[in-house]
Amino acid sequence: MIKIEDLHKSYGKNEVLKGISTEIKEKEVIAIIGPSGSGKSTFLRCLNLLEEPTSGKITIAGDVLMDKGTNIMKIREEVGMVFQHFHLFPHKTVLENLTYAPINVKGMDKAAAIKKAEDLLTKVGLFEKRNEYPNRLSGGQKQRVAIARALAMDPKVMLFDEPTSALDPEMVKEVLAVMKNLADTGMTMLIVTHEMGFAREVADRILFLDGGKLIEDTSPEQFFAAPSTQRAKDFLEKVL
Amino acid sequence: MNLDFTAIIPSIPYILKGIGVTLQIAIGASIIGFIIGILLALCKIGKVNVLRWFADFYTSIFRGTPLVLQLMIIYYAVPQLLDIQIDPVPTAIIAFGLNSGAYISEIIRAGINAVDKGQMEAAQALGIPYAKMMKDIIIPQAIKNILPSLVNEFITLNKETAVVTVISALDIMRRAYIVGGATYRYLEPLLFAGVIYYIMTLVLTFLGKRIEKGMRKSD
Repeated sequence: MIKIEDLHKSYGKNEVLKGISTEIKEKEVIAIIGPSGSGKSTFLRCLNLLEEPTSGKITIAGDVLMDKGTNIMKIREEVGMVFQHFHLFPHKTVLENLTYAPINVKGMDKAAAIKKAEDLLTKVGLFEKRNEYPNRLSGGQKQRVAIARALAMDPKVMLFDEPTSALDPEMVKEVLAVMKNLADTGMTMLIVTHEMGFAREVADRILFLDGGKLIEDTSPEQFFAAPSTQRAKDFLEKVL
Repeated sequence: MNLDFTAIIPSIPYILKGIGVTLQIAIGASIIGFIIGILLALCKIGKVNVLRWFADFYTSIFRGTPLVLQLMIIYYAVPQLLDIQIDPVPTAIIAFGLNSGAYISEIIRAGINAVDKGQMEAAQALGIPYAKMMKDIIIPQAIKNILPSLVNEFITLNKETAVVTVISALDIMRRAYIVGGATYRYLEPLLFAGVIYYIMTLVLTFLGKRIEKGMRKSD
């Protein structure tokens, strides 16, 4: 479903991604972990072109991202993203946050968009908050709304950029629960996370990045029980 | 002490009629200024060099020369160059609108830049096209942040319109001056005009606060 070949990304002279290649199958749940500054977020953000790769090739569902003829907007419709700091639209109600893009980007009928948004809000347990403004919600609630907002576009892939890192500890669980449910429905997911327990439990595969390189690409069992590189061992010793 | 307001009492309705003219100029100019301001601000933050240069040049010209000069140049230029007769009030609306567009563009540009960068990323990630993102996501948040500055700009504009007296538009100021000429007493009508401007400013400030409060509903 997603194929990444020799992906490089530099900011000026600073090379953040030094040639990453991997392939992600449909319905796979991938946890991307690694020390800070290892390029995890940059890698994820290249997948919907929030960062423009310096070189390499990314293919998503048959479309090559950096081709001139490829419609970036179309790809972004198919790749949902959830951010560390939620980035809900503060001047729109929860419901409007969910319906804006389906109506204005996909041309969805308003009533249908509302219906869909209400269903999604019910799924993340926030139906009763539909007419609130985001500032009235807790961090965990905001992130659940943000997940629902991305899902409202019917994406084929969901990217999560440290979705629980900005949350108070007691709210992490509710967000992870929503993500687990989503994984159970068969959504293809790439998750940059520091939640090792979650990665171990939910992910099908672990990508371990260090210094801009993909140095382990393996199953969670293998990765947590017996990582093959010293870097991964050191990292796990620090975080577990 | 020689201050006698009785002489201007019959002329008070005449001066008060100037309020309509002053407001007409201020409101008309604000609308033009706001539209120009948004367009220039978009040029300034955009990636097209030619547009950015144009917007910067426009702003520097209108900020770098006296407003009264701009007013008079437009007043004389339009009939002379375009062969169109133009009344003082439309002239004033155009001149003040063009001028205030330069100032408002700077306010809006700052307001757009102050909107959290994540808002733009979230919109992009949802596939929202640039124009819609600006119109529905970024600019509404920017306007909310800069509303106090915009209200302030309008209040300033409302007072500044007094210079239209140089092209004989019959605003509050001009009428006060005419009454002065007719009664040979300038101080009293000018003081009266001052009171009117001051009250207008107070009312506008009050209205501005009300609007701000209304916009804060999402906080």
